[in-house]
Amino acid sequence: MASTARDDPTTRDVLRSPSRAGRPGLWRRFARNPFAAAAVVYLVAIVLAAVFAPLLTRYAPDRIIIGQELQPPSAAHWVGTDQSARDEFSRLLYGARISLAIGIIAMLLSVTFGTAVGAVSGFFGGAADAIGMRLTDAMLAIPVFFLLLAVLASVGSSVPTIILAIGLSSWMATARVVRSEVLRTANLDFVTAARVLGATRLRLLVRHVLPQAFPSMLVASTLGVGQAILIESALSYLGVGVQPPTASWGNMLSNAQSYVFAAPLLALWPGLFILLTVLSFNFIGDASRDALSPYQT
Amino acid sequence: MGRYILSRTVQSVVLLVFVSMLTFALIHAAPGGPGVLLAPGMTGAQIKEAQRALGLDDPIPVQYLRWLSNLLHGNLGKSYGQGLPVSQVVISRIPLTLELVVTGMLLSVVFGVLIGVVSAVRRYSIVDHLATGLTFFGMSVPVFWLGLMLIILFSIDWHLLPSSGAVTLGAAATLIDRLKHLVLPAVVLATANLAQIARYTRSSMIEVLNADFLRVARAKGLRERAVIYRHGLRNALVPVVTVVALGVPRLVGGVAITESVFAWPGMGQLAVDSALQRDYPVIMGITLMVSILVILTNFLTDLSYVFLDPRVKLTGTR
Repeated sequence: MASTARDDPTTRDVLRSPSRAGRPGLWRRFARNPFAAAAVVYLVAIVLAAVFAPLLTRYAPDRIIIGQELQPPSAAHWVGTDQSARDEFSRLLYGARISLAIGIIAMLLSVTFGTAVGAVSGFFGGAADAIGMRLTDAMLAIPVFFLLLAVLASVGSSVPTIILAIGLSSWMATARVVRSEVLRTANLDFVTAARVLGATRLRLLVRHVLPQAFPSMLVASTLGVGQAILIESALSYLGVGVQPPTASWGNMLSNAQSYVFAAPLLALWPGLFILLTVLSFNFIGDASRDALSPYQT
Repeated sequence: MGRYILSRTVQSVVLLVFVSMLTFALIHAAPGGPGVLLAPGMTGAQIKEAQRALGLDDPIPVQYLRWLSNLLHGNLGKSYGQGLPVSQVVISRIPLTLELVVTGMLLSVVFGVLIGVVSAVRRYSIVDHLATGLTFFGMSVPVFWLGLMLIILFSIDWHLLPSSGAVTLGAAATLIDRLKHLVLPAVVLATANLAQIARYTRSSMIEVLNADFLRVARAKGLRERAVIYRHGLRNALVPVVTVVALGVPRLVGGVAITESVFAWPGMGQLAVDSALQRDYPVIMGITLMVSILVILTNFLTDLSYVFLDPRVKLTGTR
């Protein structure tokens, strides 16, 4: 392997970040926050429930149990049935698969795109910066949610188009944060040291500058999953999200609205799952921001 | 100052043109024209004919230039759905939405700042923990679900407030009636924004409370109340202004969903309907108006710093 600045004894001290010495471990600082710890437990549980949905449910999510429309909770149907006589509990777990998958994949897309725009803008400056940041400004000035509605109504909603639409319309915050992190670190001593040692610009960016932005990216990603789940549910609510009969928390809720007089509880559950899931991602994002902040011990 | 305003105005106009190009390209490039939706029974040839009549078969740049030139003559085009001029369709919806947004903004600023200040001053007290819980709830709750739950409680179970519309149809218009209709939508609209404002006010206030100039204020013998409210709050509010400004697009986005939940016949509903029907001229008209509002708010926010914080100096370029 070629020698890098990191291996060079003369630069090693410069490369070591001073702020990390003598502080309790990241995980311990994170776990000190009881809400964040509870959020991790909840998310692990909900992901496991979604993955093992077939083992945990007695009915297929779209199986119609003739004559059992809008049943109240019972031993057979833990949270009742919906207007088409489908088991609501089963739909909640299968809906979790769709909602979580959309949230996570859309977040990955938006963080990747945002990081690319932010890194190129901050690191190369000049025309690249101007184009990248004007694009960001423009996207922030557009009523994006409304545009998503229009585009999805034209293109047609399917899980991939929804993921693409959410991912490509929510990268702006990441781009700004990554850009400012890149601007902050690009002239630090250890980067200059690596440059003097002859690292190429791409290598400088990828190996030395971007890793410094990693904590901010991590926080943005965690918060991003929650946001994406909220957007998906809002799109589904307005009818351009996940299409029935596939269950997602958003379209279950939209469906429940029509029966709010007959079965108010039907509207409670999917919303509660969305709330708890987004809340968990927000708790974790917030706690990791605190844990990663170099100014706290 | 004059130079700064001029330069920012030019930048804003450029940004606006860029925004309109981006929006135009996005909605027109998406497959599936409006003709298909307007009359589902039309044959392929009829759809082609309708699209030609609307000028939709020209290349997108040509269509954009035509739209732009009409715009410069004060003409936003005609709504495909209603056949009326876009400006007329949009303007008729503005008052009700303004009523909702202004109320929502007032609620979120007043209570957001109040909650933020109290939880900063009584940091780590029960009040602070409750406030933090509330702000996390506000940031995480799906707007339409909150609306639905409030409708179930206040309209269906307790019969206290109406569940939809801006006035009772067919009844005499009274102020009380209007206010009753306004309560639930305004609260739902304000929630997310209130949470953000409370959060930022709290952290900004905590930072200021530890600042040297507050120690000076205390040292010279001012009462704690005067220290906190006269010296602390004023400085803590500077960053909060940004959050309030950032709240404008959030409120505008939230208004679409809130109006749909409560059947509030304002611009939000018009936006959702036009988007779902692919009524391009209306979509473009609304996007343009909202973008102008957002860009103008950002501009005014930057200007307001000069008055709020004497250390901020303006320069001609960014």
